[in-house]
Amino acid sequence: MAIALSAITMLVLIVLFIIKEGLPFIFKIGITDFLLSTDWEPAAGKYGIFPMIAGSLWVTLGAILVGVPLGLAGAVFLSEFIPQWAMKTIKPTIELLAGIPSVVYGFIGVMVLAPLIREYLGGPGLSIMAASIILGIMILPTVMSISIDSIKAVPNSYREGAFALGATHWQTIHMVVIPAARSGIIAGIILGLGRAIGETMAVIMVAGNAVKLPNSPLDSVRTLTANIALEMGYATGMHRQALFATGVVLLIIIMLLNYIAMTAIRDRGKKK
Amino acid sequence: MPKKIEIKNLDLFYGQFQALKSVNMAVDGNNIVGLIGPSGCGKSTLLRSINRMNDLIEGVKIRGQVLLEGIDIYSSKLEIYELRKRIGMVFQRPNPFPLSVYDNVSFGLRVEKFKDKKKTAAIVEKSLKAAWLWDELKDKLHKSALSLPLYQQQRLCIARLLAVEPEVILMDEPCSALDPIATMKIEELMLDLKKDYHIVIVTHNMQQASRVSDVCGYMLLGEMVEFGRTADIFTNPKDKRTQDYITGRYG
Repeated sequence: MAIALSAITMLVLIVLFIIKEGLPFIFKIGITDFLLSTDWEPAAGKYGIFPMIAGSLWVTLGAILVGVPLGLAGAVFLSEFIPQWAMKTIKPTIELLAGIPSVVYGFIGVMVLAPLIREYLGGPGLSIMAASIILGIMILPTVMSISIDSIKAVPNSYREGAFALGATHWQTIHMVVIPAARSGIIAGIILGLGRAIGETMAVIMVAGNAVKLPNSPLDSVRTLTANIALEMGYATGMHRQALFATGVVLLIIIMLLNYIAMTAIRDRGKKK
Repeated sequence: MPKKIEIKNLDLFYGQFQALKSVNMAVDGNNIVGLIGPSGCGKSTLLRSINRMNDLIEGVKIRGQVLLEGIDIYSSKLEIYELRKRIGMVFQRPNPFPLSVYDNVSFGLRVEKFKDKKKTAAIVEKSLKAAWLWDELKDKLHKSALSLPLYQQQRLCIARLLAVEPEVILMDEPCSALDPIATMKIEELMLDLKKDYHIVIVTHNMQQASRVSDVCGYMLLGEMVEFGRTADIFTNPKDKRTQDYITGRYG
């Protein structure tokens, strides 16, 4: 009980601290100037984080495009097409992916992925695309393992019902099993999304970190998290407050996503 | 004219365990065929081997023949999906899909990639009427089927089958999750449906078998002990074991 309370207290303290440091700044600068301006020049007193918001959203969207089809396809394959014993060894292996430090992912991105992109597709290599692929792989275990759990939770009687009407295995999967597991799958995607938005180290290493609005997936971007991590070391005064304010924006986005995920999971509970 | 369904010397094994021992039976004419017997006697297994639902279980081995109009359903002459469209099944627990009432009934049509929307709507209406659900559900077609009470769910599962117009309907203890009044409704529905469909019902409720079936089989430990007219089995059983079961000496 005390331990649980202390965790909650820590959470509240962190949130309060970030808000206390960041919120006055947002009011001073003006919320529209802060969120929608594209000029980020702390030395000149310009604090527009729109390029970073765009960067975070693009990279996250890319991660979803990479991670969700792979994760879902993998989950369907593992839960519907292979014997139980094989799944029991493969699923924990996939979950191990989540345990690899993000700096290792970033390192592979820098050494392998970015040069490949630079060579075959052009651009600087360190780009939205590189970050999307790396993040897509990083969210794979989350998406996949939650999807597997919710596909496994679909009662067998649904499958039998569909087979008894002459449905093929594929028809059964996409007409019954996936719709029945939908809210769990969505929850998995949103949790993966939260992870993608919050990821810092790997993104700093592969996204290129240029403060500008990107024109193509091959352009370099800076995310909200990268912005904080890159500049916190030397920021003072207003600049430092601006970074806390960036943290507030990030916090709100992640809390929103978590809220949506929770609602999706709760809805699933209600239907049964 | 070959019989609708004829089962010849059917053996079925789950791994080492023999669940069916040289079973013979036939389904023909506008009869409801009842299968009775104590738990574990193999009556559900027998039913599920008629539309190859046992194929879903690992380690099942089958010997003997199940003929649908003279064609062996375990041969390559009949595709399994085609077979299951012709021989539908109603399960012990109502298992509507977590979709709307409408999507449940039109499911079989979508499986067949049937695109005509007007005809689909007409078939849905016809099927719900045939399962005596139309008046109760016509305003709830887009509600989730899972929100319906159990007795409506079970009739919805029947409507879902009727939409694909099977020739035979297999029912695996369709009333065991229902109360007596809902059970009576399903029984009346079966008597109505037998005009157009061949029905095989597995039940552990002997009274139900005597009420609805015209032909009846008594099974024990994987054997078909006796198969004949329901009236004969219940009033004048030939086998001592049948008599003991009917009179309630065991089971």
